[in-house]
Amino acid sequence: MYGYHGKYLRINLKTQEVKVETLDLETAKKFIGGRGLGTKFMMDEVDPKVDAFSPENKLMVVTGPLTGTATPTGGRYMVVTKSPLTGTIASSNSGGFFGAELKFAGYDMIIFEDKSDTPVYINIVDDKVEFKSADHLWGKLVGQVTDELQAEHGEKARVMTIGPAGEKLSRLAAIMNEKDRAAGRSGVGAVMGSKNLKAVVVKGSNKVPIYDEAALKAVFKESLKKIRENGVTGEGLPTYGTAVLVNIINENGVYPTNNFQLAYDENADDISGETMASDYLKRKNPCFRCPIACGRWVEVDGVEMAGPEYETLWAFGSDCGITDLKEVLLANNECNELGLDTISAGTTLAAAMELRQLDLVKAEEIEGEPLEFGNAKSIVEWTKKMAYREGFGDKLAEGSYRLCEMYGRPDLSMSVKKQELPAYDPRGIQGQGLQYATSNRGGCHVRGYLISPEILGLPEKLDKNALDGKAFWAKAFQDLTAAIDSSGLCLFTSFALGADDYAALINAVCGTDHTGDTVFAAGERIWNIEKMFNLESGIAPSEDKLPRRLLEDGIPEGPSKGSVNQLDKLLPEYYELRGWTTGGIPTDERLDELGLK
Amino acid sequence: MMIEVRLFATFRNNRGKKVYVELDHPRVEDVLQSIGIENDEVAILLVNGQDGRFDQELVEGDYLSVFPPVGGG
Repeated sequence: MYGYHGKYLRINLKTQEVKVETLDLETAKKFIGGRGLGTKFMMDEVDPKVDAFSPENKLMVVTGPLTGTATPTGGRYMVVTKSPLTGTIASSNSGGFFGAELKFAGYDMIIFEDKSDTPVYINIVDDKVEFKSADHLWGKLVGQVTDELQAEHGEKARVMTIGPAGEKLSRLAAIMNEKDRAAGRSGVGAVMGSKNLKAVVVKGSNKVPIYDEAALKAVFKESLKKIRENGVTGEGLPTYGTAVLVNIINENGVYPTNNFQLAYDENADDISGETMASDYLKRKNPCFRCPIACGRWVEVDGVEMAGPEYETLWAFGSDCGITDLKEVLLANNECNELGLDTISAGTTLAAAMELRQLDLVKAEEIEGEPLEFGNAKSIVEWTKKMAYREGFGDKLAEGSYRLCEMYGRPDLSMSVKKQELPAYDPRGIQGQGLQYATSNRGGCHVRGYLISPEILGLPEKLDKNALDGKAFWAKAFQDLTAAIDSSGLCLFTSFALGADDYAALINAVCGTDHTGDTVFAAGERIWNIEKMFNLESGIAPSEDKLPRRLLEDGIPEGPSKGSVNQLDKLLPEYYELRGWTTGGIPTDERLDELGLK
Repeated sequence: MMIEVRLFATFRNNRGKKVYVELDHPRVEDVLQSIGIENDEVAILLVNGQDGRFDQELVEGDYLSVFPPVGGG
């Protein structure tokens, strides 16, 4: 068995029983690993209707066959579970070094079952797996927990942990590793918290078995060359990080501002990648074996901290009407320490600000800094209160959909399937709107990043306002992304690499006979099993939709003035291309063809 | 006529965030050449916030936004 160790840990948190089980190679190949393999196990072992916080829900930490190998960016892992935010399958990807270390310890995956009676953490050193009390860690911030566990288990140990937000079951809680890398979305940190699992520490000394070292060296060299020569992965992302998008998206007039009331912010440059690079950047902050190094490290008033991604700059920035970069950097750091998804946290504050604007939330409910568009002082304070569920923060911790529903206006939550939309207004980017609406984990940009062709022109430039071909592109991007997410590589490689490159990398590591076509097919299989999980969990196909504002209210001003998203014109073609019914349900024939019956 | 050019990322080096170019009936590439930017250096070209072409003729009040190869997120 190559690429995979062929074994995984099954850890029962209630009984403290630890089993090492054998991974079925055929299943692994069919679903590749990571997101695909985790979803297959969820489908087989968990009733999709289960409450996300019930002990019957499972938490799966899954690597891919390329995780921990000499491939560019080969350090990613996935957290797969049922989401408490959306009720859909959750699969949240993270970089850093934890995933590779888990592989070095000799495991392809960990399945956490049931719930511990008291706070615990798990310490893994190769074959040794031990339960440890986490009483002394409960309540502590991510940085402190990581420092204390590394002091006890060695600085080479890698730590995955939740912060107070996960303990308090915030539906926006992330799982953090290496202090500042996040399996961010869909509330996976709250599932970990619900199981009284504070952290996982891992240290390993094994190598990942490689099928053909010489072939791997050759395809590694070739893929690295493509990544270095590509303008995005070789120059743009290394120089500015993802934050360079602030100005690009704003200049296109599709930059959501004030909770998507506007789509252009004349002061956006104040929180742009260019401004961050000139005023705060200290250095790059790369993940395991990454030649791109988009991560940022900044200094604020003499204190060094991880820098924000584009989505974070936007969520706490313009979406809240704020262009005070320092406060946004501090809010990002707060999210890392508290263990919160920056996209959902920032945009939930933006939704609260609109509720205040309409006086649906009364001023007296907001004990503390006023939650009003443009009030930069509010974001750090209310991020803390959100994590600790203090006062009005208790409502914020439920996410924007449930918050807006409490005040009778769920339509003001800019979300799909209750997960907050990221930083691109789909009224002026038609394909991205279709992708948002059909995403299997709700509002998300990294399930099929159509910004790449519609805005950045990669692999070719599409007219962002056109409908022709967008259903095809959405499906293709979704399927390829599902395969990349399952391989253990970073999605950002796809700016430079294509399906054939991924096939060559997987084949060299695993000894498989993938082609570009079979990589796409595996991705389509994964997409369909995710859809089946969602349908069985009770998520109706009619949930493939966008907030009313984005379908009916034209963008009021700026370069994309007047645009609305025309989802209804794209959905039928999309379902047809997927081989689903006109109502958006996979047919038996299609599932059979994909080997899912 | 005066054309506003908004510059981003490395295009700002030695040029600043914004320049104004005065030319008679220019096309986009004339404006870019006048500030030392070749067509093949440009990854994203917008005219008034919408996709533009290098041979596009500009009219009074038009503005350009130009980016070198940048990134995603």
